[in-house]
Amino acid sequence: MGKRKMAAFVAVPAAVALLATGCGGGGSTAGADNSDGAVSIYGTEPQHPLTPGNTNEQGGIRVIDELYAGLVGFDPDNAKPYNLMAESITSSDAKVYDIKIKKGWKFHDGTEVKSHNFVDAWNYAALATNAQINADFFSQIQGFDEVHPDSKDAKPTAQTMSGLKVVGDYEFQVTLKAPFSVFPVKVGYEGFDPLPDVFFKDPKKFEQNPIGNGPMKFVSYTPNQDIKLTRFDGYQGQDAVHFKDLDIKTYSDLNTAYSDLQGGQLDFLDLMPPAALVGDKYKADLQGRALNTTLIDIDTIAVPYYVPGYNNPDLRKAISLSIDRDGIIKQVLNNAYTTANSYFASSLDGNVPNSCEFCKYDPEAAKAAFTKSGFTGKLTIASNSDGGHKEALTAVCNSITKVLGVSCDFVPQTSLGQFRSMITSHQATGMVRSDWSADYPSIENFLNPLYKTGASSNDSTYSNPAVDKLLEQADSTADKDGAIKLYQQAEALIAKDLPSIPLWSEKGTGGYSSKLSAAKLSWKRQPDLSSFRLAS
Amino acid sequence: MGRYVLRRLLQLIPVFFGTTFIIYALVWAIPVDPFAGKCGQRPCPPEYVAKMRADFNLDDNLLVQYIKYLGKLFTGNFGQTFSGVDVSTLIANAYPITIRLAIIALIIEAVIGIIAGVLTGLRKNGFLDNLVLISTLFLISLPVFVTGFVLKLLFNVSVPNSAPFFDLIVPGFVLGSLSMAYVARLTRTSIAENRRADFVRTAIAKGLPGKRVVGVHLLRNSVIPVVTFLGTDLGALMGGAIVTEGVFNIHGIGGLVFINIQQQQGVVVTGVVTLLVLVYLVMSLVVDLLYAVLDPRIRYE
Repeated sequence: MGKRKMAAFVAVPAAVALLATGCGGGGSTAGADNSDGAVSIYGTEPQHPLTPGNTNEQGGIRVIDELYAGLVGFDPDNAKPYNLMAESITSSDAKVYDIKIKKGWKFHDGTEVKSHNFVDAWNYAALATNAQINADFFSQIQGFDEVHPDSKDAKPTAQTMSGLKVVGDYEFQVTLKAPFSVFPVKVGYEGFDPLPDVFFKDPKKFEQNPIGNGPMKFVSYTPNQDIKLTRFDGYQGQDAVHFKDLDIKTYSDLNTAYSDLQGGQLDFLDLMPPAALVGDKYKADLQGRALNTTLIDIDTIAVPYYVPGYNNPDLRKAISLSIDRDGIIKQVLNNAYTTANSYFASSLDGNVPNSCEFCKYDPEAAKAAFTKSGFTGKLTIASNSDGGHKEALTAVCNSITKVLGVSCDFVPQTSLGQFRSMITSHQATGMVRSDWSADYPSIENFLNPLYKTGASSNDSTYSNPAVDKLLEQADSTADKDGAIKLYQQAEALIAKDLPSIPLWSEKGTGGYSSKLSAAKLSWKRQPDLSSFRLAS
Repeated sequence: MGRYVLRRLLQLIPVFFGTTFIIYALVWAIPVDPFAGKCGQRPCPPEYVAKMRADFNLDDNLLVQYIKYLGKLFTGNFGQTFSGVDVSTLIANAYPITIRLAIIALIIEAVIGIIAGVLTGLRKNGFLDNLVLISTLFLISLPVFVTGFVLKLLFNVSVPNSAPFFDLIVPGFVLGSLSMAYVARLTRTSIAENRRADFVRTAIAKGLPGKRVVGVHLLRNSVIPVVTFLGTDLGALMGGAIVTEGVFNIHGIGGLVFINIQQQQGVVVTGVVTLLVLVYLVMSLVVDLLYAVLDPRIRYE
């Protein structure tokens, strides 16, 4: 019998004990709208142990967001960053950052959060031998190459990054390899959350019973069933929760979750099943308890340069101009998306509507460009077919065929794994679906990982030295507005080359049960638990 | 009898090795790297992939992997999932639920099915007979997810995560409904056939009361094909019910296998399926032994 079972046995009496003592007040958050009720939300099984350095998917992030609190949080309404644990993040040159953290914050085990908790957690996540999934997020910090050599076989020559220095109990200094103006936003990503001292003594044991500094603390985890959290009354952040117990229920079927939401057995669902979206059925079903938000993401189709015949600007223009985005959104996607007319999510600072000149439907111009391209042969769009992408991409193909008269097929791949390994090994034989959700809300996150030469998710193998240069300049510009201007210039060049063709961005749709009187859905498609209020 | 049982139990050993190897090989043969899609739109860091491949022996050849797996299995270690959860914990959480659900479904299909079968078999072509025929036809032609969602919404069923017995009655009914229809029809045919058998006529001629003729003489002999069906059905029910479990969000063994095939978690799939194969074999042994109890003419030596 595993240790996890043991942890559950230990955790349950602990929770009971807390309930028995009533656990009143203590934190600054105890207010009039605090209630001791319980809330259940939809969840999926975490794919990794519940530590910040090793969690990168929706199911795990949902838990991490509540267990831990990072330096920076994001406003649920407009995704603007605010200082959460950070007292201040200052820099004169965007290269050396001086970070002061708030005093008196506690981990759930009672130890105080100090600057070394951040530094140690970051060093742990970056060290190659720890094999953490989020290691690359630290690659801009000085000394990263020593702890995480590029080559797989090379051993790290240092255990800690030279760019991280603890200055005092509540202050530390981060030196980057090169200036990077978006760093204060980037540290809002979950991978930058702190870890308590107890983690480093025995990480394996810690994973069974994670201890964070966030608004809720860990109670129990039953694999494939649920994760239970309860309010941490000592929490001092502005995103504290106003209910007591949280049950994150694992569902394998979205339709079941939806009917549970209607029946009141589930209180929050962050994703509507396609059947509920038809004709806005969910809005009628949920009677004013439906949620709409603006997710920070973009769906594109990448047109790989290595596919014969695809390295042709006129062909790219013709394809983009021949896609009737609005029509497809209305007819196939149940209006759950908005047309993308730039390379950024529309709600981001620095996005200019219609900055992508060719991201519109113009059959005449498309035909002219296609004739000019001289392309012969057929087009294909590949995607994994298990995530419901088939209908929309088939519609895209039909639209292209209708306008250009060229044959276009949707090529299904059985799984995301198969599909992604085809792309990363440059084996695609046609266009590929390429969707992106922001790690942190900044236009930088929509350019560097996607369009820089050799970037991790550069699906079309795009390489333009002018774009690379502009991105580097933008990264190193300390002035926020100046940096945005440079990112916009880079986008303008990309929009001319069309390495990938923006299609649409998803609107978030969610809903809550009548047990709640208020709830919000965040830009990451996560519940914003601090906005939950129990109906009285 | 004892020797027969022993022989059957010994047969389990080669079957155990055969099935575990085949299942392991099948999961292994899926041509995709299980870590290719694990980090979404980004490739996973190579160090992470290398560590996971090493931890799960994925770089060894199939035979070495399988032997390493077996070695662990014999020390009682079912292995761990990619996220570090013990497979034994997963099974321990899911299996009691599946067993409860299977037993409820079996009781419902056996009791309702046999009663309906006996009543209709005794009075062929009556009103009740036609009613049962039409309703069973209705049940057989409906897909399980339709019955499932209709009953779920009708009774507003929500199964808590611990899935206590009482809450599983409606899902159990859904799960057993199809087999219930088959049981009713099997029993009806069998009863109708045996009613004209010599031993029944003799029993009636001896002046035995009708209850005893039907309940002991007729039913006991007619129920053999039904028991065969119920036995194999229980074996199948123990293997989980992906659709019913999905509709009611019951965290049983069916969903567990399904999810882990998708995620290519070979260790979980092999562990669970091996267990299922053993359960199925034991079930069919029990059914075979039941024959001897029901029909004195059958003897095992």
